[in-house]
Amino acid sequence: MSDRRIVVAGASLAGAQAAQTLRRQGFEGVIELIGDEAHAPYNRPPLSKKYLAGEADYDSLRLRSMADPAELNVDLQLGRRVSGLDVGNQTLQVTSLADAATVEVSYDGLIIATGARARRLPGVDLDGVFELRTVDDADRLRAEFEAGPARVVVIGAGFIGAEVAATAREAGLAVTLVEAEEAPLQRVLDRDAGMAIVDLHRGHGVDVRLGVGVQRLVGEQRISGVELADGTVIDADVVVVGIGVIPNTEWADDSGLAIDNGVVCDATCLAAPNAVAVGDVARWDHPRYGLIRSEQWDNAVEQGSFGAKRLLAAWTGDPVEPFAPIPSFWSDQYDRKIQLSGVPSDNVEIVQGSLAEQRFVQLYIDGQGRPTGALTWNRPRQSMQARMLLDNDAELDEMREALGG
Amino acid sequence: MKVTVDFDLCESNAICMAAAPEVFEVRDDDFLYVLNENPGAELHDKVREAAERCPKQAITLED
Repeated sequence: MSDRRIVVAGASLAGAQAAQTLRRQGFEGVIELIGDEAHAPYNRPPLSKKYLAGEADYDSLRLRSMADPAELNVDLQLGRRVSGLDVGNQTLQVTSLADAATVEVSYDGLIIATGARARRLPGVDLDGVFELRTVDDADRLRAEFEAGPARVVVIGAGFIGAEVAATAREAGLAVTLVEAEEAPLQRVLDRDAGMAIVDLHRGHGVDVRLGVGVQRLVGEQRISGVELADGTVIDADVVVVGIGVIPNTEWADDSGLAIDNGVVCDATCLAAPNAVAVGDVARWDHPRYGLIRSEQWDNAVEQGSFGAKRLLAAWTGDPVEPFAPIPSFWSDQYDRKIQLSGVPSDNVEIVQGSLAEQRFVQLYIDGQGRPTGALTWNRPRQSMQARMLLDNDAELDEMREALGG
Repeated sequence: MKVTVDFDLCESNAICMAAAPEVFEVRDDDFLYVLNENPGAELHDKVREAAERCPKQAITLED
């Protein structure tokens, strides 16, 4: 296999993890790792938290797996973007961002890790309006925060929005958090848990507006305010837009891949012959949940590693299992660590602590009385225990006993 | 293999415990305890996975 070439499209967490795994599995051929940012792969979670707060520096973002690309013998190509793909001929178009020159690259194996980008508000071109996805975004926003704006308005109370609001508030800034839904995070949490996050922010002095959308952003060249759907105008010196992400798939529109809210893969993350997709861009057929796409850090690591092994298995004939992890994520806001293992459902049962204490373990239970997930606040051990129990198809009573008390 | 944890970085996310419960344990006090600083060869894959999956990259392994 030493004469083969594997291209990893996307130099981020999942891509870097895949490259490292290829080497660890003994792959001796060429690895090209192609990324459109100017930075070697780095860790994004601190961007909305300690890095934004100025408590963590650039070096601390560096991924250990990519500490030394030369030692890993990975050809790291930055400032370059995959711009086209032909899965039949196993060729990629790669475009330099510096001079727009495009070259054709053939591959024996392809790992698609092009990730996702922040969704923007349409038609907005005002200074002082930010999304937060990359370290460059974080640098710009951090500079704005350090300049001491009179008020920061965060649009969207998802995890990124809520974390940015918490960081801004802890920096002593006045913050308004605007959410179009009646409660935040309703796709990932139950209503009461969403409202507990609202209470957490209100308790720290954030002005949280729920159930009201944004009509338009006000300003000439620079933002001056946010007009809500009810006509209210909130003065704003800085606006942060946290309304989700869009998977980066346009480059593969004519490739022969199935594209539908991500690169559609089978249960083993295979998207085409000799091509796997991993990380935020991958939408695979999870044995428990059907077609899903994960935007979580933990999944990027796990799937990056899995995808690399999957690709090699196609050549060695090693057996391949479906990729079937129990999802998990965490969010740090103020001094709370919020973690979900598994998936939410309509019935909830708190088995330890309480919402009022802001420290609890809550089980999600489906219509048949089976546990589907566990939400914890400042209970990290129980979150990971829950993940293991869910993975073993534990019954409700077993989870109550293990996580309660 | 020698396992060290930078406790200034560690935030007790407990992901290491899920990967290698024989070596890492987050207890009810929310602190991480390393149960075995010199895990045997049979645990090396799990411990490597734990180190990779630590969101704080707080775990260092020396061969």
